[in-house]
Amino acid sequence: MSSIANHTAMVKPSMENKTTEPSPKAPALAAQKIAVSNLNFFYGARQSLFDISLKMGEKKVTALIGPSGCGKSTFLRTLNRMYEMIRNTRAEGDLQLDGQNILEMDVAKLRRRVGMVFQKSNPFPKSIFENVAYGLRVNGWKGKLPELVEASLKRAAIWDEVKDRLHKSALGLSGGQQQRLCIARALAVEPEVLLLDEPCSALDPIATAKIEELLFVLKDSCTIVIVTHNMQQAARVADDTGFFLMGKLIEFNDTAVIFKNPARKETEDYITGRFG
Amino acid sequence: MSFRYAWRKFVNVVMLSLTGVCALSAVFVLIFILGNLVYYGGSNLNWAFLTRLPRPVGETGGGMGNAIVGSAKLLFLAAITGVPVGLIGGVYLAEYGGKTFSFLVRYTADLLNGVPSVVMGIFIYTVVVIPMKKFSALAGGLALGVMLMPIVLRSTEQFLRAVPGSLREGAMALGARKWRTVLTVVIPAAYKGIATGVLLSLARVAGETAPLIFTSFGNPFWSHGWNDPTDTLPVVIWRYALSPYDDWHRQAWAAGFILLGLVLLVNISAKLILSRGMSSGRA
Amino acid sequence: MFTFVFAASIFLITVLLVYELYHNTALPRHKFGWNFFTTQTWDPVFDNFGALPFIYGTVVTSAIALLISVPLGVGAAIFLAELAPRGISDALTFIIELLAAVPSVIFGVIGVFVLVPIMRKYVEPFLKATLGSLPIFKGPIISGYDLLTAGVVLSIMVVPFIISVSREVLLAVPVDQREAALALGATRWETTWKVVVPYARIGIFGSVFLSMARALGETMAVTMVIGNVVKISTSLFMPGYTIAAVIANEFTEATGDLYTQSLIELGLVLFLLTIILNGMARIMILVTQGRGTSQE
Repeated sequence: MSSIANHTAMVKPSMENKTTEPSPKAPALAAQKIAVSNLNFFYGARQSLFDISLKMGEKKVTALIGPSGCGKSTFLRTLNRMYEMIRNTRAEGDLQLDGQNILEMDVAKLRRRVGMVFQKSNPFPKSIFENVAYGLRVNGWKGKLPELVEASLKRAAIWDEVKDRLHKSALGLSGGQQQRLCIARALAVEPEVLLLDEPCSALDPIATAKIEELLFVLKDSCTIVIVTHNMQQAARVADDTGFFLMGKLIEFNDTAVIFKNPARKETEDYITGRFG
Repeated sequence: MSFRYAWRKFVNVVMLSLTGVCALSAVFVLIFILGNLVYYGGSNLNWAFLTRLPRPVGETGGGMGNAIVGSAKLLFLAAITGVPVGLIGGVYLAEYGGKTFSFLVRYTADLLNGVPSVVMGIFIYTVVVIPMKKFSALAGGLALGVMLMPIVLRSTEQFLRAVPGSLREGAMALGARKWRTVLTVVIPAAYKGIATGVLLSLARVAGETAPLIFTSFGNPFWSHGWNDPTDTLPVVIWRYALSPYDDWHRQAWAAGFILLGLVLLVNISAKLILSRGMSSGRA
Repeated sequence: MFTFVFAASIFLITVLLVYELYHNTALPRHKFGWNFFTTQTWDPVFDNFGALPFIYGTVVTSAIALLISVPLGVGAAIFLAELAPRGISDALTFIIELLAAVPSVIFGVIGVFVLVPIMRKYVEPFLKATLGSLPIFKGPIISGYDLLTAGVVLSIMVVPFIISVSREVLLAVPVDQREAALALGATRWETTWKVVVPYARIGIFGSVFLSMARALGETMAVTMVIGNVVKISTSLFMPGYTIAAVIANEFTEATGDLYTQSLIELGLVLFLLTIILNGMARIMILVTQGRGTSQE
């Protein structure tokens, strides 16, 4: 809380900067994992995303912030085409994963490479083992399932808590544990990108802290995109942050820049709590 | 306390008690039926009854073995024709259906459900018995199977819909295609409800008599295969109860006891499983 | 795709059913036309068939069934929905719903061996003694196999449906309706009868229609106790016949196409009646549920 206040105090008084493009970044040493250009998204006739362009760096954490209904979750779901589960939706534009067109890839292969963790944990009503193994089975993984499952559970920092109850129902776990199980489940197929849609919004501070620690470790092996309502969380975990408002990407830059020195007035208003 | 107020209180008590009486009489009826069946029917049950063939009139000791087997055969056929259609159709309605066609299917399923069982018998008669030129177990089984379909369809759809969308999302986000998600996540999650729905529907058609009268007809001997007429428990009960012979009356009671016992057993278990499944969440 | 085929087959089977019913009634429809419904004779020998006696029997037995089961059923539903504590209400409802699962032929057996003697020895003489001036109770008491007994058996079979649906409809009435009445000083009964029940009135009618549809199609229990005589009588102590009963009894013995097809035409009539009643019932129940939730 106090860090935001400090940042605000350091904001320059002049708000005349009107840039429409993200501030130039330092020459990118990290490759661009996901590149989005001119993305427009429609629910039927209603457009909900307008001309979004940004690039997400490999093995970095990118946070997407903004008030409720601004489109950040919608945007996240275009990255693994989860919007296709709803009728009458349409995405237009250039979406690339490592240079490959996301909109034209085989969707099952896409989702193996781009995993997702949801706002409310959704473990299957199966055993813990079967939950983690599900993605492996579906994608025809070769290898010994028990070892792969164990590896995933360890990566998600939950192995010690479940190793004695692998074949019991996943629904017996606490909320925070279930969410980490869902992360393990997503990690099992070794995705290159992990999308997290407000993963901690239903969790208490301790569970949240555990997951945030997890993200720090994970980014060494995985590009992470996290949608969050919680600005402090973004400030804590993200390398880059994008601010969405009413379906448009207002600003996208290093997290430090966004929070200390936002280029746009709307960003500053949001960060200092004037709305949303 | 004015007279009017006292009167209102009086009416209140009287009417409330009356409604209680109504409820209790409904319960009483069931207990009365059960009691009679247990008393008259239970006393006539024995192993011979369950396994033997009927004896000619006047001879005692005949049994209903063939009717019991006949009912089992028909139920089996009904299950393999009606259950898959209902189940898979239910999957269609819950997971894939387009708006207009789903409406059509649901509407016709409700229609089919409301068809009086005797009319269903007529239908199968025109479609199976006439071409075959004989009554058969096949016709009887099909009649029951068609009656099963709408029941299983609606119950399957209902339980599949109750599975939260978040589970489907979770599976698809891992790369599972739709059919795989439905098969490996949605259906297993709804399994309890679907299975009890199927059992309940079987119990319901097991007691049907009217559609069998002119499809499987009847047969005092063991019927082999599917092309012969067959005795079934409900039809035999009907015939024996209306006969003038005391021995046959006793057998009708006994058979009624078995039939009702099985039907109630399935119904009670199904209801218990369902209510426990809902309230305890999952474990 | 794959699942579509199975779903479509239900649709196709229903279409086939309607077609077969229509197609296989060509003979009587052409020969008798609408007179089929007004003719009293049912004469296999001279090939003259009329549906009136069966329509009469069906209507009368269903009417008796409703007259008995609606007050009883709605009363019980009120008790279960408004008055009984939740645990007792659930337990009793559980048992009553089991009554709905009892096969028709079992009701028939009870009817034949238990109810018919009771009707003949006690109930009908009592009715004749007390209400014998009414035309419906005028005739001689013959065997106990008559319209009245059939009506009584039907009422028992129909009551669980009325109770079950009415109870749910009553439970769906918003609490604030009751609270408003009680706050004005109404007694429990007055609240229930003057506020809750009228609010749920449409749904209760729906349950009545549903039960009517059910009663019309009931075959076995009715045919076992109604006497199976083609006759229209005012006295309820006389035997009669219903549509479903005559089909069940005479179908396998029908000689000649006109005979068989006349029976099938009776089946068609029954089918159409039940569709209409079921359709109306469903609409009514939907309307009440909609009202309940939209009042928020």
